[in-house]
Amino acid sequence: MRKNLNVIAAYSIMMVLIILVGIFQSWNIALSIFNMCLISAVMTMGANIQWGYAGLINFGIMGYTALGGLAAVLISVDPVQEAWSAGGFDILMCLWLIIALVLIIRFILKNFQKSKVRTYSIAALIISGIILIRLTAEPGIEAIEDINPAKTGFLGGFGLPIIFSWIVGAFFAGGLAFIVGKVALGLRADYLAIATLLISEIVIAIIKHEDWLTRGVKNVIGLKRPAPYEVDLQTTDWFINLVEKFNFGKLELISNLSDRQAALNQLVIEGSSVFVKLCYSGLFLTVVIILLILTQKALYSPWGRMMRAIRDNEEAANAMGKNVVKQHLLIFILGSAIVGIAGAMLVTQDGLFTPGSYRPMRYTFLIWVMVIVGGSGNNFGAILGGFAVWFLWIEAAPIALFLINFFTAGMSETHALKLHLIESVPYFRFLMMGLGLLLIMRYRPKGILPEKIEIK
Amino acid sequence: MDILNALILLLNYIFIPALTYGSQLALGAIFVTLIYGILRFANFATGDMMSFGTMVTILFTWYFQSLGISLGVLPTALIAIPLGILFMIIYMLSIDKFVFKYYRVNKSPPVQLAMVSIGVMFVTQALVRIIIGPSDQRFFDGEKFIIKAREFKEMTGLNEGLALKSTQVITVLVTIVLVSLLFWFLNKTKTGKSMKAYSDNEDLALLSGIDPKKIVMITWIIAGILATIGGALYGLDKSFKPFTYFNNMLPIFAAAIVGGIGNPFGAFLGGYVIAFSEIFLTYAYKKFFIYILPESMEPESLVQLLSTDYKFAVSFSILVIVLLYRPSGIFKGKVL
Repeated sequence: MRKNLNVIAAYSIMMVLIILVGIFQSWNIALSIFNMCLISAVMTMGANIQWGYAGLINFGIMGYTALGGLAAVLISVDPVQEAWSAGGFDILMCLWLIIALVLIIRFILKNFQKSKVRTYSIAALIISGIILIRLTAEPGIEAIEDINPAKTGFLGGFGLPIIFSWIVGAFFAGGLAFIVGKVALGLRADYLAIATLLISEIVIAIIKHEDWLTRGVKNVIGLKRPAPYEVDLQTTDWFINLVEKFNFGKLELISNLSDRQAALNQLVIEGSSVFVKLCYSGLFLTVVIILLILTQKALYSPWGRMMRAIRDNEEAANAMGKNVVKQHLLIFILGSAIVGIAGAMLVTQDGLFTPGSYRPMRYTFLIWVMVIVGGSGNNFGAILGGFAVWFLWIEAAPIALFLINFFTAGMSETHALKLHLIESVPYFRFLMMGLGLLLIMRYRPKGILPEKIEIK
Repeated sequence: MDILNALILLLNYIFIPALTYGSQLALGAIFVTLIYGILRFANFATGDMMSFGTMVTILFTWYFQSLGISLGVLPTALIAIPLGILFMIIYMLSIDKFVFKYYRVNKSPPVQLAMVSIGVMFVTQALVRIIIGPSDQRFFDGEKFIIKAREFKEMTGLNEGLALKSTQVITVLVTIVLVSLLFWFLNKTKTGKSMKAYSDNEDLALLSGIDPKKIVMITWIIAGILATIGGALYGLDKSFKPFTYFNNMLPIFAAAIVGGIGNPFGAFLGGYVIAFSEIFLTYAYKKFFIYILPESMEPESLVQLLSTDYKFAVSFSILVIVLLYRPSGIFKGKVL
C-alpha cells in the first residue's frame, strides 16, 4: 500500500480535478474531458510500450490514429451498392495487381543474388506496376466518386457494428507498423523519429486524397454508435422515470404542475447527453483496464524483462541470444496496434471521420508530451500523463483567461494589449504544454510517476 | 517556335518556382544540418524558429512602413531583416542558455535533446501565435514583377508568357550570396575550421584548445541568420502563416537528410533535389506535350504523374528511399 501511495495520490488528485470541473462548469464537460482522457490514455499506453519498454521512438502516432479512424469508417458504414457495381471490379483488380506485384518482388528478392541488375529490374517493375495500377484504377475511381458525391462518392464499408472496428483498427495499424518497422527500424534513434513522422504524413496524405476509399476532406459523418441516441432516450419511459427519481427532491419543490413538467423535460435533455457519455466512459474504461492488465502482465513477464534488457543494452542482449531485430519489430507492431484502437475509439466517440483534422501537433507531439510527463516505462504513469495533459490542454484556455484578467486588472477594458491577449487565449495551451514538458524534462526527467521495477 | 513555347512553359511553371522554393528549403536545411553537426541533435523547433524570425521581421516592416520608410521598388522587409536576425539570435542564445545548455553539459543522449526541442517548438509556436496571431500575413511591398507575363508575350511574340517575380530574384540572389559567404567562412576562416573540427571529433577539438562555448555561440548565430533570412524570403514569396512554417519543417528535414545530415553543402543541394522533384512529379505536362508533339498524338489526360495533393508525400518518399539505400545521404553526411 505504502509503495503505491504516490500513484494513488496522483490519481485521486486527477479525479478530484475532473469532479471539480463537473461541479463548477458542467457534468457534460467533465465527462467529455474524462472520455478524451481515457482515449489519450490508450494512445499513451501504445507509445509507452514502444518508448518505455523498448526505447523505440515512434513519431508516427498520428498515422496510426488515422488508420484506426479509417477502420471505424470501413467497418460501420453501410456499403454503397451502386459504387461497388460501378467501380468495384476495377478496385478489386487493382488490389490483385498490388498483391501480385509484392509477391513478384518478394520472389525476385529471394531467388536472385544481390546485384545492380536486380535493383534496376525491381525499380522498373515498381514503376511499371504503378503505371498499370493507375491505368486500371482511374476509370473505377472516377465512376465511384461520381455516384452521389454530396452524400457518398465512396465505396462505403461493411455495415457491421462499429465496436468491431476497435479490433480491426488495431490490425490496420499493426499492418502499417509491420511495413514501417521492416523499412525503418534499423535506423538510428533520431532518424527513426524523422522517418516515422514523415511516413505518418504520407498516410494522412493518402487518406485525405483517396476519396473513393475515405471520402477525403469531404468527411464521413453520422457514423453508427455503440451507445443509444439522445433523441431516443428522451422519449423512453424508463429513462424519464430514472431522471425523475434522481431529481425527486428538486422537482418536489416546484408546486406548479406545468412548471414541474418543463423542469423535468430540461433535466431529461441534460440527463440524456450525460447518460450517453457515461455509456462511452464505460466502454472506454473497459478497454483501458483490459489493456492495463495485459501491459502490466507483460511488463513483469520474462518477455518484459527481455525488452528492458534490449532497451538498456542492445549489444549485451544480442550476445545473450535475443533476437533484437525481431523483438523491436514485434513491439513496434504491438504499440502501434494499441494506438490504432485509440484511433477507432476516437472516431466512434465523435461519430465522424475528418481526415483534415489529423495534425502532428495534436496527435503526435501532444501524445509524446503525455508519455514524457506521465513517466515513460510505467503504465500507470503513462495513463496519468494522458489524463493530466489532456485536462490541461482543455482547461488551459479558462486558466489563461483567468490569469490574463488577473494581471491586467489595472488596465481599462478597451486597452489594446488586454484585448489582444484575450483574443489569443487559445494559444496559451501550447505555451503551457511546452513549459510543462521543459520543466519536467529538466527537473523530473523520469516523469511524474517514474519507472519502478521490482524483481519478484 | 513550338519548342521555344514549350521551354518557356517549363521555365515558368517548373524551373523558376522550383529554384525559388529550393533556395528557401536549402537555407532551412543548412540550419538543420549545422545544429545536427555541431550540437548533435535533430531540432524539431526548426520551422517555428524560422517563423519567429519572420515574425520579428514583419513587425519591424510594419513599423518602418508606418514611419514612411521604404526602399522604393524593393520590399521594405529587406531593411527589417537585420533587426529580425538580431532578435532571432538573442532568442536562440537565451533558449540555448536556459534549455539546451544543461543537457549539453550533462552529455545527454541526442534523443533527449530532440525531445527538449519539441518543448521549445511548443513554446515558440505559442509565442508566435500569441504575438502575431495564427492567420495569414502579407508584408510584401514594392514592385511585384520584374517581367510580367503579358509584357513578355508582347516583347517576344510567343504564346507562352514568362512571369518573373521580384521576390523570386531576390530569393535566389540572397541565397547565393549567403551560402557562398557561409562556405567561405566554414572553409577558409579559423573559426569555421574549428567548427568543422568540433563537429568531426569533439574530444580532439577540445584537446587542441578549441573553445566549445564559442563554437556553440557561433553556431547559433549562423543558425539565427539562416533561419530568419530563409523564413523571411519564404514569407515574402508566398505569405506568412505560422502553421505553414511548422509544416515546412518536414521537407526541410527531408532536404537535410537527403543531402547527408551534418554536411552543409549536401543540405544546400538537398533543398533543390526536394523542390525540383516535388514540382517535376506533380506538374501536369499536358500543355507541354501539346507544344512538342504533332497534333495527332496530343494527350487526352493531364499527363500528371501524381496529383498536386501528394506534393509533400513526394519529398517524404524520396527521403524514405534515401534512408533505406543510403542512410548517410546522397552526399556523405557527418563531415561538415
